[in-house]
Amino acid sequence: MATLEIKNLHVSIAIADGLKPILRGVDLTVRSGETHAIMGPNGSGKSTLAYTIAGHPRYEVTEGEILLDGENVLEMSVDERARAGMFLAMQYPVEVPGVTVSNFLRTAKTAIDGKAPALRTWTGEVRTAMDALRMDPEFATRNVNEGFSGGEKKRHEILQMELLRPQIAVLDETDSGLDVDALRIVSEGVNRLKGNSEVGVLLITHYTRILQYIKPDFVHVFVAGRIAEQGGPELADRLEAEGYDRFLASAV
Amino acid sequence: MTTDLTTDHTRATADGAHTHGAPGVGVVPEASRASRFASFDLAEFPAVTGAEEEWRFSPVDRLQHLISGAATGAVSVDVTPAQGVTVTVTDRDGASTPGVAGVPNDQLAATAWIAAAQRTQVTVGAEVETDAETTVVVRGEAGAPAASAHLLLTAEHHSKALVVIDHVGGGELAQTVEIDVHDGAHLTVVSIQDWDRGAVHGSSHRARLGRDATLKHIVVSLGGDVVRVTVDGEFTQPGSSLESLGLYYADAGQHLEHRLFVDHAVPRCTSRVTYKGALQGESARSVWIGDVLIRKAAEGTDTYELNRNLVLTPGARADSVPNLEIETGEIEGAGHASATGRFDDEQLFYLKARGIPEDVARRLVVRGFFAELIQQIGVPAVEDRLQTAIEAELELTGL
Repeated sequence: MATLEIKNLHVSIAIADGLKPILRGVDLTVRSGETHAIMGPNGSGKSTLAYTIAGHPRYEVTEGEILLDGENVLEMSVDERARAGMFLAMQYPVEVPGVTVSNFLRTAKTAIDGKAPALRTWTGEVRTAMDALRMDPEFATRNVNEGFSGGEKKRHEILQMELLRPQIAVLDETDSGLDVDALRIVSEGVNRLKGNSEVGVLLITHYTRILQYIKPDFVHVFVAGRIAEQGGPELADRLEAEGYDRFLASAV
Repeated sequence: MTTDLTTDHTRATADGAHTHGAPGVGVVPEASRASRFASFDLAEFPAVTGAEEEWRFSPVDRLQHLISGAATGAVSVDVTPAQGVTVTVTDRDGASTPGVAGVPNDQLAATAWIAAAQRTQVTVGAEVETDAETTVVVRGEAGAPAASAHLLLTAEHHSKALVVIDHVGGGELAQTVEIDVHDGAHLTVVSIQDWDRGAVHGSSHRARLGRDATLKHIVVSLGGDVVRVTVDGEFTQPGSSLESLGLYYADAGQHLEHRLFVDHAVPRCTSRVTYKGALQGESARSVWIGDVLIRKAAEGTDTYELNRNLVLTPGARADSVPNLEIETGEIEGAGHASATGRFDDEQLFYLKARGIPEDVARRLVVRGFFAELIQQIGVPAVEDRLQTAIEAELELTGL
């Protein structure tokens, strides 16, 4: 069991003439086995929250804290956070020329587990996970994200999540740019991990369509850097019908 | 932190000379690479001032013996030929020794030409095909008088062979490597500069390609204090192909310089130049100059040149200057790309976000940077050796 607690989180980014506040007091708790959807209009700070949890150096925490099972996440380096059990499926995964997917996955697995995976079982595990995500075996020999289509990049993110088996997974707009088939394949991957582990999921999205495949337990509406409203799955239905307009009007 | 310079000249019209290289202060740029002075006799060259286009990046003071004609000593040259490959050593006659490929076009090449007492000729017989390596070990001695050496590699018609030149030891060496690839021959030449620290090496590789000839030319510079290699490729008949690969890894205080010149003077030839380098440590320095000239007659030319540098620590400096001159619009393709970057923070973040510690992530990125180039070499023994050398370099900075 793991608990991710975000308390009164304020985050800024550096701009030419100082710091620009993006998050203005976020409170959120994600426990093992729970799925939280964070929804909100563009520019509301959803991705900032995701990258701050992962520890991207661009984002400066000016107030508040992030705790994983009581441990101060903000004092951990990026790789320590991942080894502590956190995972970020990125919206824009980065190319790493000359590093093959298979080498990358093995290196990451070794780092997370603290020892190299047993070669025999690992190869099978990777192949099974790739099959389930409808990824051609040839994919493993390609360089990380190099020349990947949008859908391939997202499947590759979910592949990593399934193999690394995090305690808390943050999915940053994993649905963006996916057609219906790819969306379903990616969602199945998330649901598989939810089914065979106790992963807590923080699903960040602009649209509700991924929520037809991945059922949230909680829905939080993010506006202007803080949570404006929260509720159960029914809140997502209401957003689908009404859009974000009523939140935007009140945020001004 | 990356500067990129990419140009596709495929659709370029014949607009005369085209150059991206910005001349330094007080430097008079050449009107065209075609007009550079060349002679077998050092006495016909002016003395080097250091301001010339071909010297402005070089540590001229440390190359003094190799550009002034003083390099009259000798180094040991041991050849282990593959089957069907012959070796002959002949005495030379200074400036009046007949040249086979090209003409010296700087003072270092001219010094090597006048000062070498002997020529070592390695000849692959006509129609001989061998996968076995012919090895040339050039060994210098630290503290010995500055030396000159002359190597002539000839691939007779329709032969196929691999020659690996290994430079080891210390001292100062001015060198000529003539490469003569006859009609239909396939030759791979690998020149590895694996000197001890302290060594100073200037080398002029001049290649001449016959009809439908193929030359794969690979330069690997790892050791030595100063290494300056010029590679001139000249097409004399249509249909030939030059692939020029280079890898360098400059450590603190090292100066590694590579100057390429591909002269497309005849129709339908192909050239590909790919050089990649990493730099680490205080005053680590690399220079890459890539000149390509497509002359009026060279219709149907297809050329691309690329240089990438990865600066691993502060205090290192990489210069990269691609120059492309096009005198005809009737070409298949012409382009170049040059980029010098530091570690990409986003790449490192991505790898670290998967639990990979920073030092392991950096190693992955450096290995990855060179991987593609190494795969292109196509000679397993050389590839293995380079992998090992890169691992050793990574140890050095504790990356």
